[in-house]
Amino acid sequence: MKAPETFETPSAARVDYLNAQYGLKSWLLTKDHKRIGLLYLGSISFFFLIGGLYAMFIRLELLTPQGDFLSSATYNKVFTQHGIIMIFFFLIPSIPATLGNFLVPLMIGAKDLAFPRINLLSWYIYLLGGIITIYALLAGGIDTGWTFYVPYSTTFSNSYVIATGAGIFISGFSSILTGLNFIVTIHTMRAPGMTWFRMPLFLWAHYATSLIMILGTPVIAITILLLAFERLAKVGIFDPANGGDPVLFQHLFWFYSHPAVYIMVLPGMGIISELIANFSRKNIFGYSFVAFSSLAIAVFGFLVWGHHLFVASQSVYAGMIFSFLSFAVAIPSAIKVFNWTATLYKGSISYDTPMLYALGFIGLFTIGGMTGLFLAALAVDVHLSDTYFVVAHFHYIMVGGTLLAYLGGLHYWWPKITGRMYPEGWGRFSALVVFVGFNLTFLPQFVAGYMGMPRRYHAYPPEFQVFNVLSSAGASILGVGLLIPLIYLVWSMRYGKRAEANPWHLPGLEWRTASPPPTENFLVTPIVTWEAYEFAPPEEMQVIGTFGEEEGLEDADAVIDGRPL
Amino acid sequence: MQTSWIPFVPESASTFASKVDALYFYLSGVTVFFTLLISGVLIFFVIKYRRRSPYEIPRPIAGSHKLEMLWSVIPFLISMSMFAWGAQIYFHQYRAPKNADEIYVVAKQWMWKIQHSTGQREINELHVPVGRKIKLIMTSEDTIHDFFVPAFRMKADVLPGRYTTQWFEATKPGTYHLFCAEYCGMNHSGMIGSVIVMQPTDFDNWLSGNASQQAPAVAGQQLYQTLGCVSCHGANGEGGRGPALAGLFGNKVFLTNGQTLTADEGYIRESIENPQAKLVTGFGPIMPTFQGQVSPEQLIQLMAFIKSLQVPGPPQRTPAAPAAAPAVPAATPGQPQATPASATP
Repeated sequence: MKAPETFETPSAARVDYLNAQYGLKSWLLTKDHKRIGLLYLGSISFFFLIGGLYAMFIRLELLTPQGDFLSSATYNKVFTQHGIIMIFFFLIPSIPATLGNFLVPLMIGAKDLAFPRINLLSWYIYLLGGIITIYALLAGGIDTGWTFYVPYSTTFSNSYVIATGAGIFISGFSSILTGLNFIVTIHTMRAPGMTWFRMPLFLWAHYATSLIMILGTPVIAITILLLAFERLAKVGIFDPANGGDPVLFQHLFWFYSHPAVYIMVLPGMGIISELIANFSRKNIFGYSFVAFSSLAIAVFGFLVWGHHLFVASQSVYAGMIFSFLSFAVAIPSAIKVFNWTATLYKGSISYDTPMLYALGFIGLFTIGGMTGLFLAALAVDVHLSDTYFVVAHFHYIMVGGTLLAYLGGLHYWWPKITGRMYPEGWGRFSALVVFVGFNLTFLPQFVAGYMGMPRRYHAYPPEFQVFNVLSSAGASILGVGLLIPLIYLVWSMRYGKRAEANPWHLPGLEWRTASPPPTENFLVTPIVTWEAYEFAPPEEMQVIGTFGEEEGLEDADAVIDGRPL
Repeated sequence: MQTSWIPFVPESASTFASKVDALYFYLSGVTVFFTLLISGVLIFFVIKYRRRSPYEIPRPIAGSHKLEMLWSVIPFLISMSMFAWGAQIYFHQYRAPKNADEIYVVAKQWMWKIQHSTGQREINELHVPVGRKIKLIMTSEDTIHDFFVPAFRMKADVLPGRYTTQWFEATKPGTYHLFCAEYCGMNHSGMIGSVIVMQPTDFDNWLSGNASQQAPAVAGQQLYQTLGCVSCHGANGEGGRGPALAGLFGNKVFLTNGQTLTADEGYIRESIENPQAKLVTGFGPIMPTFQGQVSPEQLIQLMAFIKSLQVPGPPQRTPAAPAAAPAVPAATPGQPQATPASATP
């Protein structure tokens, strides 16, 4: 933090959460939600790199129809571990545990989350789960597919199923604790004047996500426990050879894992609402519709798990009910897309990197959502399930959706998090590369899927090669597009331009404090007198409290409520 | 593989294919329309309303319930049309017609074992005639597999410990991919084969060229003797100490616990492997379990034999029907004590 002053800052000697304390211990024992958010940021980035490495091996193998790069046993482990790492150790914690952790207190005007120690505990639990999983990967890996379908996982697989399961089981508790913390914080710690309907939509999305985390995660924990019992003790729960029911496992697994899709994408939607409103300087079109659609998704999301079982011997009538509900859950998502688009109408739209990611998100999420309808339509799903169409569909939601939102959010709040600006030109360039690379990777997979290419195939008939070559080419571009931000974001932490408190000139509370914020977030408790996304001239959206003096807390008179006059 | 004039659509060789494709085209059309609509509007707005001066503040717009209702209701109606269309075809796919020819499929890591009701056995190949309804009765010896024929637009999981079915009617001679579509372990991607659709006359030739093998019902009858079923259920399934088996399949069974059920493959299998689970009214729990003594394939043979004992006989579709089936007087399903059933010896 000794870089030359290239930009006007409130004060050079200011104490913020980054320089308040130094040393490893000050990080490992921190109770500051912002530091914990950064601990999460570091760990999920590590897991993302591992997951990305596995993706690279998959795309290399599938370049040719023959299984010539990896053995089939290795390939099966590679795609399994790609899924497990990306879903349980990157996507699920990605937005809530990093950006959510950092921003939920800032956006409601609180000093921290309700339970700072539990927050730190959640990171240690996550890390323990991650270490056990890494151990399982190093010891020999797991080859069941991330779905752990029985009886393969209980009886036939000779890989580290229980160790991996234990890793996921344990890391699930970090999810539960994070969700718990968010719900209590949002209920009890909003600043004076921050009513529910003045909250930025990012918070509504995190509230809805937290509900799913708390209600859904215990079910996957139970399921993994039962699986481990059966594998260890041969208790007949799932394996028909011992009197169990393999379809029961699928019901339990998807009862969590479908809502888990919403754990992954709802926070992303929250970010997109922020980006679209703030970078077009328009209040969200139909705020309450967008807010309630998050809750609707959280509730309906629990009722559609059976659409993963249309060809799994489920009764035809159950199939119809789940199909109907799956179409119904599409409506709140459609509302969001239309309302985001309408928000842009007569706005003042900037082309900053976060906005490019947001626009990319809307396009890709639309495709991802619409192709979900193919899989909800019973007769078409019979043909498409377990083909590459499904692979393409969920990557459009999870990469085109969640990852793009995460990157957009990371750029947007980067000045707040680090106190430094990222290089805008590189940002725009890499956003474009990611968009092009992503589409080239996954669009051909829709076609390969309808042509009948099954997923999880190590070798495949030669007529599918053309799609796979396109996919692998796209993946290389996507990989480059993701490496560029990794490099320049790390670079900017030291060499980036210093960021002002409010570089985008926005009304949100997180922009009314210094960049980076002090440990206690706000030197005085802010009083909120404005609605979400109520834009005003920059001089009216100033920092709350006075920075630059160590005794800032005493300057209660310096409160500027920032209400546009 | 690709011969259709429409690009990016696999060959269609069953009566379902064109129906599924039609719905697929509808879905694709709607998807392309909305994707273009949204990205078009998005790009238009982004260009038209680009920021012109750094601190401009556009006039806020609260939203419009009318518009929001419009773009909730229209997608809902469109999605309901997709739901109804998809459900209708699915329902049809799910219900096998009564007169379909039955073919047994046993999956194991990593091969497909197939047996025709006339006795021909195949591995990783399935020969079927054009224009005849075929019903597959499938089970697995180990883990879950999935019988997927893209050209027929059909797929169903194949599970251990239960029987799943799917049916189709091939429309075009040719050789088509058969894939295992449920991940089943190391050599999953090698668990592939072909479905060979032939003209009926070619198929009959093929059948007669492979006729030496024993029909499953005949093999089942031999098992019925060697396993000792005959001593309680009677030589022709007429019953004795155990309930009658003739006419059992597809009819109602009355259980000692007061429940009734329709005898299907799953029930027969359970009654062989775990006879005490569902006892037929009037019979005691005296049958020993045959779990572990009868392989999935042998179970299928026993089942084929029991099915061949239908009374009174509507035209039997099993050509090599063993042991004159309708030898046993019909039992009316309405009378519990006379209802044919298995369950106990």
